[in-house]
Amino acid sequence: MDQATLRFVIQLVIIGFTFFMLINASALLVLAERKIMGFMQQRYGPYLVGPHGLLQPLADILKLLFKEELRPKDADKWLFTLAPIISVTAAFAAFAAVPWGAETTFFGLLDTPVKLGVADVNVAVLVVFAITSMGVYGIVLAGWSSNSKYSLLGGLRSSAQMISYELAYATALASVIMLAGSLSLREVVDAQSGYWLGFIPRWYLFLQPVGFIIYIIAGVAETNRAPFDFPEAEQELVAGYNTEYSSVRFALFPQAEYINMTTMSAVATDLYLGGWHGPLLERWGLGWVWFLMKVGVILFAYIWVRWTVPRYRYDQLMQFGWKWLFPAAVLNLIATAAAILYFNV
Amino acid sequence: MFETLLFYVFSGVAIVASALVIGQRNPMYSIMLLIASFGALSGLYIQLDAPFVAMAQVIVYAGAIMVLFLFVVMLLNAPQEDAAEWDRTHPLRRPGVARFGALLAGLLIIQLVWALVRVNDASAAVGARGDVAAISSVRSVGRVLFTDYLFAFEATSILILVAMVGAVLLAAREPGR
Repeated sequence: MDQATLRFVIQLVIIGFTFFMLINASALLVLAERKIMGFMQQRYGPYLVGPHGLLQPLADILKLLFKEELRPKDADKWLFTLAPIISVTAAFAAFAAVPWGAETTFFGLLDTPVKLGVADVNVAVLVVFAITSMGVYGIVLAGWSSNSKYSLLGGLRSSAQMISYELAYATALASVIMLAGSLSLREVVDAQSGYWLGFIPRWYLFLQPVGFIIYIIAGVAETNRAPFDFPEAEQELVAGYNTEYSSVRFALFPQAEYINMTTMSAVATDLYLGGWHGPLLERWGLGWVWFLMKVGVILFAYIWVRWTVPRYRYDQLMQFGWKWLFPAAVLNLIATAAAILYFNV
Repeated sequence: MFETLLFYVFSGVAIVASALVIGQRNPMYSIMLLIASFGALSGLYIQLDAPFVAMAQVIVYAGAIMVLFLFVVMLLNAPQEDAAEWDRTHPLRRPGVARFGALLAGLLIIQLVWALVRVNDASAAVGARGDVAAISSVRSVGRVLFTDYLFAFEATSILILVAMVGAVLLAAREPGR
């Protein structure tokens, strides 16, 4: 096999691997969520299917596959079908612009190194932001097309919430972009290599602590997770936008949510936690293991928050988003710009 | 070859979706088709080596403005444009308004034909400007926006602010007065 063909095959393998990992991430997160929830509530969680309940996600998926697909009589046929597809497509597509490993030649297999990640885009931050913002249509359309008041309210809440928190989210992103001087996630990660004083890693987390907190809070709100899970507040809205869905169509919504969580954590890792940079492993070409571990830590925090913090009230959510989070993000942006100008950070 | 094929796919989707936007009875479908059209346009921008403009198009139009449209349509809950009421009595259907619309459409067609006739000169002009990717980079767009076009930029932002204040004023007015 000549180099060009080999390169093409390896690129395909990387894409396939990313896709496979994402699908697995959603399945594993379902299990992790239930296990950690069980741990926090002093019980076992799923335990019967497979060793320690490891095969529980598979059982869940099989069960959902064999359920009957229902559609309310007055639902809008096209949009009702389209909504879960939009959700899950946007979730998968957003990860395409996220790099998850350094350049590698696969131990000398290739003569020029290949970049780990589906696509290396020079405006990757914007691509991820643009595609994740498309995900809101899945939820809104699901709410509207179901022709049910609970679904509609869930969809309305979701669109209002996403518009509100997108602002703070984008402003927090802008501070990091200014520091790195690039919109490419790969260049942002490379700007974070090395150490201060020999032992503090040059992560933007230490330059942008406020930005990181804003990013994480807005990220939780963007992915509709507790304590911001208003679109599906079960005490008020039955199950929110996905009340009328069943079978595989229903399964696609949680899957999209878990993949969105993964993307959000992966972008946070690239922007604030130095991506695949870390001691030892990076030297052996295994930097992506660091990446996986950092993403895992953020995902654990996601689940941790969900089972320990109670849900906000809806007006509190709006007040918090507009009156605290967004001004804080703007102040952070101004402070960052001033620091870059005066100290040449 | 592949690029040309992509160009026809993107422009085809953009034209067909835009045409269908007008033809829908259900405003929800119109919105979705308009989003598809915006997406295809952003594909064309990428082919023009302007990824920043492409992403701004998706984020601003498809991501923000259309969500707002969707929000309004959902709140008004208008699944159908009511045909009986819409037909004769609506102010937009009056002959004067319709003639003005026809005039605008005619002007637009003349403009389009004029642009298409001059298309050869235009492509030469773009080529003469040199590196397209460098011109459309975020850095140069930002620099031009805050130097050469500063007045237009600030004027637009004041315009948007005025619109926002107006909207708040209208919304805050008490119903009794």
